[in-house]
Amino acid sequence: MINQLMMTIIDKKTIAKDTIEMRLAGGAIVRTIEPGQFVHINVGNQGSHMLRRPISIADINESDESITIIFKVIGSGTEDLQSYQIGQELDVLLPCGSGYPIKEINVKKALLVGGGIGVPPLYYLGKKLKENGVEVESVIGFQTKSSVFYEQQFAELGACHVVTDDGSYGWKGYVTDVIDQLDFDYYFSCGPTGMLRAVSNKLENHKGFISIEQRMGCGIGACYACVVPTNDDEKNGFKKICKDGPVFRANEVVI
Amino acid sequence: MSLQVNLPGLSLKNPIMPASGCFGFGREYGDLYDLNQLGAIIIKAATREARYGNQTPRVAETPAGMLNAIGLQNPGVDAIIDQELPYLMNYDLPVIANIAGSTVEEYIDVTKAFTRTNAVHALELNISCPNVKEGGVQFGTDPELAKEVTYKVKEVSHVPVYVKLSPNVSNIGAMARAVEDAGADGLSMINTLTGMQIHLPSKRPLLANQTGGLSGPAIKPIAIRMIYEVKQQVSIPIIGMGGIMTAEDVLEFLLAGASAVAVGTANFHHPFVCPEIIDALPDVLQKYGFTSVEDAIGKGHDHDLSRT
Ligand SMILES: Cc1cc2nc3c(=O)[nH]c(=O)nc-3n(C[C@H](O)[C@H](O)[C@H](O)COP(=O)(O)OP(=O)(O)OC[C@H]3O[C@@H](n4cnc5c(N)ncnc54)[C@H](O)[C@@H]3O)c2cc1C
Ligand SMILES: Cc1cc2nc3c(=O)[nH]c(=O)nc-3n(C[C@H](O)[C@H](O)[C@H](O)COP(=O)(O)O)c2cc1C
Ligand code: FES
Repeated sequence: MINQLMMTIIDKKTIAKDTIEMRLAGGAIVRTIEPGQFVHINVGNQGSHMLRRPISIADINESDESITIIFKVIGSGTEDLQSYQIGQELDVLLPCGSGYPIKEINVKKALLVGGGIGVPPLYYLGKKLKENGVEVESVIGFQTKSSVFYEQQFAELGACHVVTDDGSYGWKGYVTDVIDQLDFDYYFSCGPTGMLRAVSNKLENHKGFISIEQRMGCGIGACYACVVPTNDDEKNGFKKICKDGPVFRANEVVI
Repeated sequence: MSLQVNLPGLSLKNPIMPASGCFGFGREYGDLYDLNQLGAIIIKAATREARYGNQTPRVAETPAGMLNAIGLQNPGVDAIIDQELPYLMNYDLPVIANIAGSTVEEYIDVTKAFTRTNAVHALELNISCPNVKEGGVQFGTDPELAKEVTYKVKEVSHVPVYVKLSPNVSNIGAMARAVEDAGADGLSMINTLTGMQIHLPSKRPLLANQTGGLSGPAIKPIAIRMIYEVKQQVSIPIIGMGGIMTAEDVLEFLLAGASAVAVGTANFHHPFVCPEIIDALPDVLQKYGFTSVEDAIGKGHDHDLSRT
């Protein structure tokens, strides 16, 4: 069930260029969060920011019942979010959306494929998979060396390959240049639409899940702002990204 | 303090209801709080057949508001009656169904379809959706067409009909008088104002539909002015909307001449806004010297007379 909470910022760090990691204290509800779900954050007031900003839940820390979010400052909303300091409170709706259905699938070896701000939700997913005895390998792509984050954290889950567009760190090129050389039975991907399209094309013979983005209004399924057409034959078939997603089976929806 | 208001077809325990298109068919907000707290609910637009609506992006944020171009996405009137209304029948809540169409025949068909259910207490005739090429907007800008569609819908409707006016006209009073003449039981105003945002990185209109409807506090002064103007020209009740965020905003609408109000965009900013406004309303009414909601309706006009 979705709750509205005032969450206190208990930690805040810049972990890469324009990339902020924040930890928010939330109480017992954080224990119910599934990997792939997101929070819908009020980053201002009705004058400055009428719409909330969707940000993935990057990690859960059960010991202090907090969540970690990682966001990139790309516009006025994320800029205002960045200006919040440790000790201040944020008005947050959580948990939103449906996450990766890892309890319902039989996976032995997982491949995580993340691009840019699509990397964060894969971390909590990888952690949970590993806890369940799944072998985890990841490929995370960034524009350039200064944007790279969480390499160490992913390396603790299993083999981690970093790719940069300009080759300034790790492999040069795109995540798709690396993934077909790897062996796995399910893939899990999150990132820009172009990347998701390339990944799901390249891995069309594999089972997998993707997490997609769209501009949102309500964030809870009421306004039909965030729909995506489904790939089946049903006329006018669609899913709401904020409620049915953001995670979908590869090929379930048209991206 | 009495918040009760009685309007054609609607016995409202308070004058607050969520606006059409901003609250779906109630389920999502019903998971957050008890919908019985609301005065009523206006459900999302119904058309004869299912519609997919526009491409995405469908929303954009603007200063003190937002643009939307959903494009009347809905499962069609029959699916709404069979799959959505039963959920609302669990509540003690008047339901207002918003109906839209591309032709007069479609409006008539949707209205007739609703006659087979007793779960709807009034219709809101949406002749003002700016977001679809054939979405009824032509009915909302031409008084003769507005009159015709209102008259024909009234002929077949089994419940009172509120006509939702478009602010995208130069003479709102003429539109209001036209639909009153055609037998409308009430008015609902305002729908969104047509706007556009250009996305700098791509140098193109941001919304896939290019234009969208502007809503939120940015349009409140326009809504207040239009309701004030219309109140002086018609005698049917008005459900007011446009940018309401607080109980003070509600009082402003009542003073301008609205008998009840709808809250739209504010639900996205703050999902509990409707029950919070309802809780705050008695104190606000009292603070400004009113003893009930009824007592405040239209009171913004009295000074006018004393000044002339
Ligand atoms: C389910 C989901 C999870 C996300 N997780 C993360 C995350 O973990 N880290 C992160 O950095 N970013 C994430 N994003 C993207 C993030 O929501 C946008 O970067 C952010 O909303 C931009 O806001 P802004 O005001 O800075 O940018 P602006 O471009 O000024 O925003 C204007 C409007 O567009 C919307 N918008 C702009 N870009 C996006 C986008 N890519 N997706 C959705 N809405 C957008 C904004 O919410 C706002 O309403 C996620 C998006 C979704 C849908
Ligand atoms: C996302 C969205 C969808 C809407 N859909 C409808 C609709 O289907 N039918 C309708 O009559 N009005 C629709 N509206 C208009 C609202 O009902 C309301 O008239 C308008 O938004 C002004 O009120 P507000 O500023 O409180 O949002 C929609 C508005 C928004 C923001
Ligand atoms: S954002 Fe409102 S339905 Fe998804």
